Amino acid sequence: MFAYDFMRYAFLASTFIAITCGIVGVYVVARNYSFLAHTLSEIGFAGGTFAVFLGWQPLWGMLLFTLLGSLGVGGLSLRTDQKESAISSISAFFIGLGVLFLAISGENSRYATSILFGSIIGVDKQGVIQMVVLSLIVIALIFSVLKGLNYDSFDHIGAVSHHVNTALISVVFLLTLAMAVAIGSQVVGSLLVFILLTLPASTARYLGRTIGAMLWWSVGIALVGVWAGLVISYYTNLPVTFFISMIEVVIYLTAYFVHRIKK
Amino acid sequence: MSDVLTVKNLAMQFEDKEIFSNVNFSLKKGSTTALLGANGSGKTTIIRILMGMLQPTSGQVDFNSETKIGYVPQFRNIDADYPLSIRAFVELDTPLFKNAAVKERVNHILEETNLTEIQNTRMGEASGGQKQRAYLAQALIDRPDFIILDEATASLDPMAKVELMELINHLNEKHHMTVLFTTHDIPLARKYMKDYLLFENKTLVSGQMANLSREVES
Repeated sequence: MFAYDFMRYAFLASTFIAITCGIVGVYVVARNYSFLAHTLSEIGFAGGTFAVFLGWQPLWGMLLFTLLGSLGVGGLSLRTDQKESAISSISAFFIGLGVLFLAISGENSRYATSILFGSIIGVDKQGVIQMVVLSLIVIALIFSVLKGLNYDSFDHIGAVSHHVNTALISVVFLLTLAMAVAIGSQVVGSLLVFILLTLPASTARYLGRTIGAMLWWSVGIALVGVWAGLVISYYTNLPVTFFISMIEVVIYLTAYFVHRIKK
Repeated sequence: MSDVLTVKNLAMQFEDKEIFSNVNFSLKKGSTTALLGANGSGKTTIIRILMGMLQPTSGQVDFNSETKIGYVPQFRNIDADYPLSIRAFVELDTPLFKNAAVKERVNHILEETNLTEIQNTRMGEASGGQKQRAYLAQALIDRPDFIILDEATASLDPMAKVELMELINHLNEKHHMTVLFTTHDIPLARKYMKDYLLFENKTLVSGQMANLSREVES
């Protein structure tokens, strides 16, 4: 399996992406941003198709749209009373935009599939380098505000009363989330990227009692999903995205039911 | 004894609505004061002003320069699924990489707040009293000498209330910590606090708890 360049590249890229999504996910879940992550992935879809329309690589369009979207939608979702309907309408708008860009770029089905469902098997050496560098930037950003991010995400009221700069932390985190969505979409596609961003971290909440333990569990579960997904996909010739989703869902449901039964 | 806090001519209004005005008081080092008043009378507002989280319309708030404040807010977002253990929650305000001194400090505070045995229990599964003690423990981490508690006993059963108040008295007696405690439970305040500040007619009156008229309770 590892005799092939494309499999080595796929493993390397998805390893970094799983680590990134596993870490970012812990804070997505703690801050109740799952819905926002989902919206950003739809904005990412529009960004990917926009890039195709302009003849760029989808990753750059996704990054552009999710970064701008995270600040706009993030501000809206943190402040507006009617945040769910506001975000839903934005999602609908961007999906519509994505469909439009695909239609006018004349590249319909091939790109639509790879943007929506991922195309990790097709990643080349340059793509791997891009994703590794972007992952490292996300991880570095998270670590630069880690103490405040921990406090704000797990005890917002306590953090505010200890004069932690929660506004700055929120902006930095939204930017990392946007980048994680854009690079995570390269593996599982924009339609399912929130799976990598929410399920391993949600499972980790049942297994860890400290932030450190949750981070390890979340990264571990994300890695198991992408590695096992790639291996099974290699031998069955069925889509990686399908296996990753199934593995993450099964792990989550198992942890959930064990937790319920114990309680 | 020296004053840890002096408040002069403090006034607060939200748009056209006056919350309070002409508020003057000072707190002595090592005093225990109940901040009393009906719901909505301005207790939380004045605390937020003291904490620098809200700008007053006018007036002055002066803390003694050596004073270090610990604050336990009224509400926390801790639901039944909250994953962190009591210890991990208390440690949120400590450095990421904890040296022996920090670990020792956390151990000591857990001991003092009677949480050592349940330190690995998830916060979401802790009782109301255990949670309140954990909130207090988190506020004690940076060694405050003045602790402000906002309605800390409001949702507790009688046993847990007594346990928390005994703990607060212990901190006051052993560490000479100044205590400001907001509540609308006057019998509780009468039992555990020495002084009072009472919101009445949109201003604050002060005195000794023992002299507080029984009429206020009704």
